[in-house]
Parts: sequence; structure tokens; C-alpha cells
Amino acid sequence: MVESRKVEDLHLRNLTKRFGDFVAVDDLTLTIPAGSFFALLGPSGCGKTTTLRMVAGLEDPSEGSISIGEQDVTGLRAFKRPVNTVFQSYALFPHLDIFENVAFGLRRRGVKDIKPAVEAMLELVELTPMARRKPKQLSGGQQQRVAVARALINEPEVLLLDEPLGALDLKLRRQMQIELKRIQMEVGTTFVHVTHDQEEAMTMADTVAVMNEGRIEQMGAPADIYELPETVFVARFLGQSNLFAGRRESSGSDSVTVAAHGQQFTIPNSRNNAPGGDVIVGVRPEKMTIVDAGDPIPDAHDRIAGRVVDVSYTGVSTQYLVKTSWGEEISVFEQNDVVGDQSAVGDSVEVHWARDHAFGLDGTGTSADDVESAMPVV
Amino acid sequence: MRFVRRHILTVAAFIVLVYLFIPVAVVGVLSFNDPPSKYNTKWYGFSLDAWTNMCGIPGVCESFVESIKIGLISTFVATVLGTMVAFALVRYRFRGRKTTNLLIFLPMATPEVVMGSSLLALFLNMTFPLGTTTVIIAHIMFTISFVVVAVKARLQGLDPSLEEASRDLYADSRATFQHVTFPLVAPGIAGAALLGFALSFDDFIISFFNAGTLVTFPIYVWGAAQRGIPVQVNALATLVFLVALAIVLIAQFVAWRRRKALQADMASRDADLKALSMDALSRS
Repeated sequence: MVESRKVEDLHLRNLTKRFGDFVAVDDLTLTIPAGSFFALLGPSGCGKTTTLRMVAGLEDPSEGSISIGEQDVTGLRAFKRPVNTVFQSYALFPHLDIFENVAFGLRRRGVKDIKPAVEAMLELVELTPMARRKPKQLSGGQQQRVAVARALINEPEVLLLDEPLGALDLKLRRQMQIELKRIQMEVGTTFVHVTHDQEEAMTMADTVAVMNEGRIEQMGAPADIYELPETVFVARFLGQSNLFAGRRESSGSDSVTVAAHGQQFTIPNSRNNAPGGDVIVGVRPEKMTIVDAGDPIPDAHDRIAGRVVDVSYTGVSTQYLVKTSWGEEISVFEQNDVVGDQSAVGDSVEVHWARDHAFGLDGTGTSADDVESAMPVV
Repeated sequence: MRFVRRHILTVAAFIVLVYLFIPVAVVGVLSFNDPPSKYNTKWYGFSLDAWTNMCGIPGVCESFVESIKIGLISTFVATVLGTMVAFALVRYRFRGRKTTNLLIFLPMATPEVVMGSSLLALFLNMTFPLGTTTVIIAHIMFTISFVVVAVKARLQGLDPSLEEASRDLYADSRATFQHVTFPLVAPGIAGAALLGFALSFDDFIISFFNAGTLVTFPIYVWGAAQRGIPVQVNALATLVFLVALAIVLIAQFVAWRRRKALQADMASRDADLKALSMDALSRS
């Protein structure tokens, strides 16, 4: 087994990458703590892969610097950096067998007596019997593990993973997520994982940074950013959100009241990120409860009346689409904890949620039309 | 009728094969002939003379060796240059890249008579003495195009992330070329070289224009044909065919063995899995 080692933080300072007029990465400043499992999450074209490639040394930054601990690596060529990459396509050398693929980095650095190290690494990823196979003779999941082993054997300060599970089917992906987490715990290396799959990012990473248009929109523990998104983009990209654009009406000592579509909503101050008067009220679909119109609603809950326009039964939960009086369609997820208690399409209903679960986003410069769609922006 | 319909493809394929190989067979059979005169066109009697005494006719073996030499030199130079051109065209963006891509095809599309005669005109204008050198220059010229096309195809099919992975794994550009790029492109280069040699060895028209007094094997055969082809030519031609055939068969055999080994490997893994699951079943 590979011993846990002292690893150092990865610092990106004012990192910028331009391709002609297009700014792929825009003045990114970020510290990735040593030994963490860090996910860069964002839609395609958001700059996450470019960021990763700059850290690997496969792309030169237009501006800014990259350092590992105290060592500035910005000017170092890829083959001199203490960083290794797991490529999206795995990029296993087809003419070499698994043993030689894993040994490649050690051989290039002139390390002596590599056999035990390679064998230990193959052990770690459970591929010992495959040592003399060629990459083509392995399944996708096995190739993926070879790619991880080939990178990790060099004991990099940082392991970069570029959409490493993208080519696998769903079941295998779940399995590999757990596997990768186990390996990360075992070796203690900093993992920087690039993905567009929000579920994957949340499952695996300690810290998730949501990227959009070359910038980081929000960064934090998965549960924190999911429960309290700070921007409309994050609220939509990480899961779904129902958003209502409105104006702040009054501020109390611990909550603000927002008027939207002729109704009043309350948000705790601690969950309001809108600095000005334009506030977007957000509520996650699973925080909402659906009841028949006229049924009693608990205290400290806000409500919206509407009509059910779609019901999707998914086994664990039922997903409703409810059309409000002003025409917005909101999503509500309900656990199927009571059999037969379902609303049907066309029912007049009320949707309610605890005020503590609402969050406030800055609505400056955004019109209601921009915001009010329950669909995630992917 | 059903028999015909079912086997028509086989029959057609067989006829085409016969059509392709009858000339080769005739050449081979006549290499064992024992003609009383120079005209080796019909069967007189069996003899091994041509095979045991291949160089018996003055000039045959000299021309044969000359052709092999020219083929080797021009193939080597054309392969090196053509491979470099292919790398430049695939790997770098430069002014005139598209034009170069187009121009590379030109020698392949130009009729050999035109190319041969214009080269001759060029050499004569430069008062360059005709001979081995001019033939080699001409051969390099037309083989380069084929090498570029073959190597380019191979390079374009190469996943760029393989070289990135190599750089990521502490290989500088030289080590990357040595351990990753070259081994992966090598089959394309080897194929290109074989093709180049075949083209050079077999070329008559361009060689004939630029050879001066030099006699290559095709020129010898052509000359001999005027007076009746000696049996030795048949023997040499058959020999060349057999060598080419041997190369193809060896390549096929190696590929077949590799496939076989892979299948055996898979089979043993399946057997292992089966044993494992049986074991698990018996325990439960």
C-alpha cells in the first residue's frame, strides 16, 4: 500500500486563459487544501477543463500563477511538474501492457527497482492479474483504474481527474465513485476532479466549486452550497430550484419580507444573499409540500396556490409540476411515504414550505422571465 | 439453380483470383522451362538451369542488384523525408500548409511519362550526368508522396491525449517521441516503406528516361524482351514474387498468433470466472 505523505496546498492566483477573444478562465483565485477531494463543477465550456490543463502544464496561462505549497510551477513544463492527470479518454498507451503503462512515469524518471512499486499499485487498484494484458483487453472500468494507477504511482502532489467517469455506464460509475474515494483516502493525495455531473461532484468531493463562464460562482461543502446557493446559476445547476423574482418590502431583525406576484414571502436574514431591494426567493422542490386547496397550512410556512399540470411517479418520490396563477411552473418533489396520497393533473392545490428553507438571491438586473423557470440550466 | 445462386459469389471470387494469378503462375512455370532458343514462350521441357544458374546471362544479376540498391536508398530517404513532412503537416499550423497538402498529391496524379520526360529535361539542362544518382533522385521524388499519405493517415488517427499523457508522466519531447509517438506510428512508416520499395523496384518509365546507360532490372527485362527473354528473368521474377508472398504470409501468421493468444487469454479468464462462481455457489 502507498503510504500517506505530507502534501501541500495548491494555489491558483489570478489565473486567466484567453483563446483569441474568448476568455476561458477569468481571473481565477483559488486555494485547494492539501489532501482534499476537490471538484470543479460546471457546464461544458465553463473553463473547468482548461483550468485543469493549466495546472497539469498542458496549457499555458495567459496571466496569473500556479503554485504548489511554496513552489511556483507556472513556468514548469508538464513533465517537470509534481502533478499527474487521469485523462477523460484514459489515454493508456495501447502498445504497452498494463504493467508498463503503470511503470511509464517511474521509468522516465529513471527510478530503479520499479517492480515492487508497480505491483503494489496494481494491488491497490485490484488489477494484479491483468499486469500483462494490453489496455484493449480490459473493460472500461478496469482501464479507468489503470489510468488512476499510472498517475498515482508517481506520488504526485496533486492528482487531476478530467471527467474520469464520463465514459462509463451509470452502474459502473457509481461503483467507481466509491472506488476513487477509497483510493483517495488511502493515499491522501489532493484530488482535483473536473465534472459536469453535479451528483458525481456532490457524492465524491469534500469541496465543490461551481464554475460558470470562467469564474467560480460558489465554493463550499456539497451540503452547504446545495442548501444555500448564492447565485441563480448555482441554484439551478446544482439540483433544481423554484425561483420567484420580487422586491424587498420590509426587513425585520431576523428575516426579510419579499413581495412577488402579489404575494408575500419571508426569508431568514441568514439565508438572504441579496444586498439590495431586488430579491429572488428560492425554494428547493423537495422542501415543498403539496396539499389540496383549502387544507390547513402549518404556522411559519409560506404558500402558493396553483394547478397540477404534470405528475411523474418515480418510485421513491413523486414529482409534480404546478402552474401558479401568474403562469410559472414550479417543481415539487414529494416522498412517497403514504401510499395513495397523490394529487392528480388538474387538481387545485396549495404548495407550502417552511420559511426557514427559503433562500434569497440577488435579483439586481435580472427580469422575472430570466429567472422563473424550474428547469435546470444544463 | 439454387446451388448457383448460393455459390455465385464464391465462383466469381475464384474467377477473379485465377485471373489475377494466371500471369504469375505462367511466369513461375516458365522459369523451369528448357527452351532451345531465346524464345521462352511455350513449354519445351523441365529444367532447373535458370534457378541453379540465376546469373548465367550477362547483366541479369547486375541489373537486379542495381534495382535493389536503388530501391533501398530511395526508400530510406523518401521514408525519412516523407515521415518528417507528414509530422509537419499534421502537427503544425503554418503558412502554406494547405498548399503543401495539395502539392504532395501532385506526383501521384502526374502521368509517369510526363514526370519522367520533364525530369530528363531538367537533368539535361543542368548537364547533370545521368545514372544511378538521377534515378535515385527521381524515385525519391515520387515515393515521398506515398509515404506522406500513409504516415499522415496514421498520425491523424493518433489520440493527441496519448502524447499529453506521456508529457504528464515525466517524458520530455524526445522521450515522448521515442516511447510513445514513434512506436505508435511505426506500423504506418513500415507500410509506407514497403510500398515505397515496391514502387521503386518496379518503376520502368521514369527510370528509363533518367537512367542514361544504367540498366535497372525493369529496363533489363524490357531490353531482353526485344530479343527474347532469358529464363533467368522468369526465375528472378518468381523469386521476387515469393519473397513478397513470404512477407505477407509472415505478417498474417504473426497477427493470427496474436489473436489466438488473446482468445486463449480471454478463455482462461472466463474459465477462472466460472470456477469462481461455481465455488461461490457451492458455498452458499
